[in-house]
Amino acid sequence: MDFTYTETQDMIRDTLSRFLSDTYDFETRQKFINSDSGRDPAIWTALAQELGMLGAAFDEDHGGLGGGALENAIVMEELGKVIGIEPYLPTVVIAGGALKAVGGAQADALIPEIIAGNAIIAFAYAEPQGRYDLAILRTTAKKDGAGYVLNGHKGVVYAAPWATHLLVTARTGGGQRDREGVSLFLIDANLPGIVRRDYPTVDGSRASEIYFENVAIPGDALLGGEGTGLPLVEQIVDEATVAVCAEATGVMQKLHEGTLEYTQQRKQFGIPIAKFQVLQHRMVDMFMEVEQARSMTIMGVLKLGLPANERMAAVSAAKAKVARGAKFVGQNAIQTHGGIGITQELAIGHYFKRATLIEAQFGSHDYHMDRYERLVLAD
Amino acid sequence: MDMEFSPEDLAFQQEVRDFIAENYPAELREKQDEGEEMSKEDFLVWHKILHKKGWIAPAWPVEYGGTGWTPTQRFIWSEETARADCIRLMPFGLAMVGPVIYTFGTPEQKVHFLPRILSGEDWWCQGYSEPGSGSDLASLRTTAVRDGDDYIVNGQKTWTTLAQHADWGFFLVRTDKDAKQQEGISFLLIDMKSPGITVRPIITLGGEHEVNEVWLEDVRVPVANRVYEENKGWTCAKFLLAHERTGIAGVAASKRGIEKVKAIARTEVDGDKPLLANAFFKRKVAELEVDLAALEFTELRSLGGPNAGRGPGPESSLLKIKGSEIQQRLTELSLEAVGHYGAPYFRGFGEGDNEHPIGPDYAHRAAPTYFNMRKTTIYGGSNEIQRNIIAKMVLGL
Repeated sequence: MDFTYTETQDMIRDTLSRFLSDTYDFETRQKFINSDSGRDPAIWTALAQELGMLGAAFDEDHGGLGGGALENAIVMEELGKVIGIEPYLPTVVIAGGALKAVGGAQADALIPEIIAGNAIIAFAYAEPQGRYDLAILRTTAKKDGAGYVLNGHKGVVYAAPWATHLLVTARTGGGQRDREGVSLFLIDANLPGIVRRDYPTVDGSRASEIYFENVAIPGDALLGGEGTGLPLVEQIVDEATVAVCAEATGVMQKLHEGTLEYTQQRKQFGIPIAKFQVLQHRMVDMFMEVEQARSMTIMGVLKLGLPANERMAAVSAAKAKVARGAKFVGQNAIQTHGGIGITQELAIGHYFKRATLIEAQFGSHDYHMDRYERLVLAD
Repeated sequence: MDMEFSPEDLAFQQEVRDFIAENYPAELREKQDEGEEMSKEDFLVWHKILHKKGWIAPAWPVEYGGTGWTPTQRFIWSEETARADCIRLMPFGLAMVGPVIYTFGTPEQKVHFLPRILSGEDWWCQGYSEPGSGSDLASLRTTAVRDGDDYIVNGQKTWTTLAQHADWGFFLVRTDKDAKQQEGISFLLIDMKSPGITVRPIITLGGEHEVNEVWLEDVRVPVANRVYEENKGWTCAKFLLAHERTGIAGVAASKRGIEKVKAIARTEVDGDKPLLANAFFKRKVAELEVDLAALEFTELRSLGGPNAGRGPGPESSLLKIKGSEIQQRLTELSLEAVGHYGAPYFRGFGEGDNEHPIGPDYAHRAAPTYFNMRKTTIYGGSNEIQRNIIAKMVLGL
């Protein structure tokens, strides 16, 4: 049993933290998220090529640093601290995770492109009617010669406007809710028949509604087995869920620190409001939620390799706890700031917005408590 | 970072399991299962078995009788003893005054007291709180006035746990009335059989005689029984409070507690289904498990992280707050689970009384335990005091 970070892991954290504090201050971020494209592509390129950060979680055979889920968590936590909108989650954690899981020629071809910063991959899995259930799919992929024809509508696909590739879940068989018949495809984002409606999200990123209209895709776009893709999808979504728990930890830490700082400057009744015990205790409660979010993230990371049921129970426990904590810390950060907290002017409100969307990302508190109970608390 | 046990750790785990299976007294187990109150002898029987084995004080340095176990082995030990529902060892000697003596005591104090703590020969109690000094411990007013080689101690202590069994007590007393509050306090070891000591029971909500008032009237205490310097007792007190807070997380015991609650909720029937199938009850159990996992990994991070071995810091207040809240929620769920049979008042078996108490065994102590465990957020520095400590020491407010 060992709960320490390796030197390499410390180095990844320090390097990234320094880079982001130089390049990702709040005003700069506001500028590029409000630009036409909604991002500064030079940051992604620098993460890849100057820092080698996009390879932290990939094998050395593919040009990476040999890490895994813990390295992903470190990167995501640091991105959380600057409310980074870089597409690390869909590209490295999710698509990278799927490619690592299936291996072979597809991984050999695309992982080096991810590490180099050339490939941005969006994860098109959610559908308007599906909520958080990964098997409820109307999007279909029908066999057509050596390839498939894709039809359907994917909702709120983060980073899709920037993507070179899409990772898509679709039915190759089975009924709308069956576990069987789910397949995973990795396709070029600009194939004929892909129609996108792009929009900004409330947490500062960009996303798209994506419509597939008889999109012809090649047979080698299939990742894993045809019709047996659900366990793989569940696995990579669990990995992604732990990664957003890590991001949430970074976001929550900054919400807490920002609140500590503000209450020591802000004076009312002639003294800094941090002197009021009612606020001190609330900030202690926030601190405890941050620490527990960090603990649950580590638990999630360490249990990702367990058999599916144990893995899912641990990930659900982590996400349920982090979702509650993110709400508590976010809402109390705003309350403690008072009026200025509900304006666009301070960073704190923007952290709150990201914290709020993380709550439901890959499943809300209720969804994960339900899943946890199904797995662990059979009567 | 990993949470795997090494082959050596797994072998150790097996050794611990085998030892408990072969040596835990069956009569004690039976009493626990019936929900009877424990006598002094009940508490000591397991203590003495562990002492004989050399496993009584895993946290102590080896030179004073510790086991020399790694943090992982100590973790395994606490997990396994909780899993087997072994009776709790009294902390006053082993976890409280023992560490103070081996850290601050004189060679003579170490030689005399430590072996007797290990063997269970001396039962210790804690003389800290006073009627006017609860959370504001440093305002204590019990005085010790120097008279030759003795102190003359006068005052009143309260909430003294199991003082009715105690051979010795460690007391905080005021030795300088003019100094700033925390600077005039000394740490004394007092023989509870000394003339002038009176112990009076306080009966708590569950009907237990667990705590007492202790009156000290012109009690003579040799100066040789003062630990550390005169007027520096607060240093020992702070050290001890931090020690007290780590154990208080009680993760392993709460895990066992959740298993008990689940077992009750699978047995109790709600309509035509087990209570555990009730969505509302089930959600409360699940939330508790999730919160316990968060506490467990917070404790593991502090035990097995970069600060391992540096002793508990102010962040141990977090473990105390969350650990005590969870212990209370467990007792709340047990009482809720037993339904009607929370009501009958079971006082233990009387002399020659063979009649089985009313209701299922698991219900006998549900209400008394719920009442009793309200103490956990009050003692050891109330949870509000713990928040003050975090605000000051961790957040710098």
